[in-house]
Amino acid sequence: MTGYADFLLLVVAALSLSIVATSRLTGCVRASALQGVALSLLPLALWGGALDRHAVPVATMSLGALAVKAVIIPLLLARAIREANVRRESEPFISLHFSVLIAAALVGFSFWLGTILILPKPAPTPLLVPMAFANLLVGFLVLIVRRKAVTQVVGYLMLENGIFIFGQTLVEEVPFAVELGILLDLLVGVFVMGIAINHISREFEHIDTELLSTLKD
Amino acid sequence: MFSLGIHIGLLLVMPPLLIGVINKTKAWFAGRLGLPLLQSYRDVWKLLRKGAIYSQATTWLFRAGPIVSLAAVLCAGLVLPLAANSSPLGFSGDVVVFAYLLALGRFFTMAAAFDTGSSFEGMGASREAAFSALAEPALFLSLAILCLPARSATFADAFGRLPWTSWGFGHPAYLAAALSLFAVLLAENSRIPVDDPNTHLELTMVHEVMVLDHGGPDFGFILYGSAVKLFVIAALLVHVLLPIPASGGWRGVALFCGGEIGLAILVGVVESVMARLRLPRVPQFLIGATVLAAVGLGALLYRGAP
Repeated sequence: MTGYADFLLLVVAALSLSIVATSRLTGCVRASALQGVALSLLPLALWGGALDRHAVPVATMSLGALAVKAVIIPLLLARAIREANVRRESEPFISLHFSVLIAAALVGFSFWLGTILILPKPAPTPLLVPMAFANLLVGFLVLIVRRKAVTQVVGYLMLENGIFIFGQTLVEEVPFAVELGILLDLLVGVFVMGIAINHISREFEHIDTELLSTLKD
Repeated sequence: MFSLGIHIGLLLVMPPLLIGVINKTKAWFAGRLGLPLLQSYRDVWKLLRKGAIYSQATTWLFRAGPIVSLAAVLCAGLVLPLAANSSPLGFSGDVVVFAYLLALGRFFTMAAAFDTGSSFEGMGASREAAFSALAEPALFLSLAILCLPARSATFADAFGRLPWTSWGFGHPAYLAAALSLFAVLLAENSRIPVDDPNTHLELTMVHEVMVLDHGGPDFGFILYGSAVKLFVIAALLVHVLLPIPASGGWRGVALFCGGEIGLAILVGVVESVMARLRLPRVPQFLIGATVLAAVGLGALLYRGAP
């Protein structure tokens, strides 16, 4: 089954890169929702062979990820975009071309990282660890280079997706309650950010976050 | 002998049909009847019967442009295996020659455009140069993905090692290579989203603008040559996507023709549902294709060949 898992991991990585390359906010959210779908299939692809032993954690993880990452959060973000009335990222801190190249370098770096990292248990597929790091680092990149609050939320989601992928190595150790807790945290986090986006757009008539750093109390 | 005849027959006869299929698909999407399927053949035939007029300001480069570019893509078609795993001109290291034959044809088209001295055509040539320079790394990285498992830069070896039993899932790198090659196919053949083949607005043209001053048989060569180029790059992609039997035969021909027509329909669908990208966004599209191929190659190197 690792063939399907590798395929899903590559789809996730390609979607991450496409998020880095997209300036349109709805495009970013749509790609992130697709990433959620691919991620929710990942536990099934990895552990589907041993479903009798891990049926409950695998099913909850898949369904939870599908519900939260592919449905609820994208809907929340789409609503935030509609209400804040923004369409596209006008001027990110680093140009889109250049950030795609940086993202590619980060993916290369995570391949290297995958070779030197020693895991307590071997990963189910060798691509898992590098792709987890790639998603994490590219998520960081999106958090850093984008100005709009919505894309920053998407970057935060990508970061969490990386952690989710990495968590697949530990599916036997980590109780599924922890996974569900993480998903719930994520949901609450995005919810709070959605409210924050609304407030920012109401106060300042835009959702650029750079001015917030100059705020004083 | 049979496979040689099939190869040359496919290479010479099939290309304009692909243009017809693309146009029919677009017409179907727009709810029109569209041009007849075989219109491209008629266009080429009509142009070949005409006389040619050359401006006195041009040199031999202008006359050589269409001939050399047609010859280059036809040679590329002879190097690449079509409906089997062998080709008439295949030799060790032919992958590199294939890529540079395409580049040679493009170079002569651009040189002929510059030779006219028209600033308008020079603009198109400069755009073509910029885009093809960005498409080339994507092409080479995808070729590297295909060649790496065989450890050989020869099409016959590389295609022999592709894992057909579980394509796409056999190794995700092949999916990356296929997507990247599709982007190269769209860019190299001036298709939407890189260039609109139907447009005649100076702001947006890339390929069309370079060939404005050619007429008669020369323009026929250009039309036919661009169809052959589409056919050849699509043939490479067909080999990545479909299990063409190594010995060829009728099954190989059927699979190959089906794959080519399927790809032409796909190009038509992309043209119908997508808008052309703004010019500054095109490099990003191509960089994206390059990065995708690079990630695929990384995955292949990291996980080892299938």
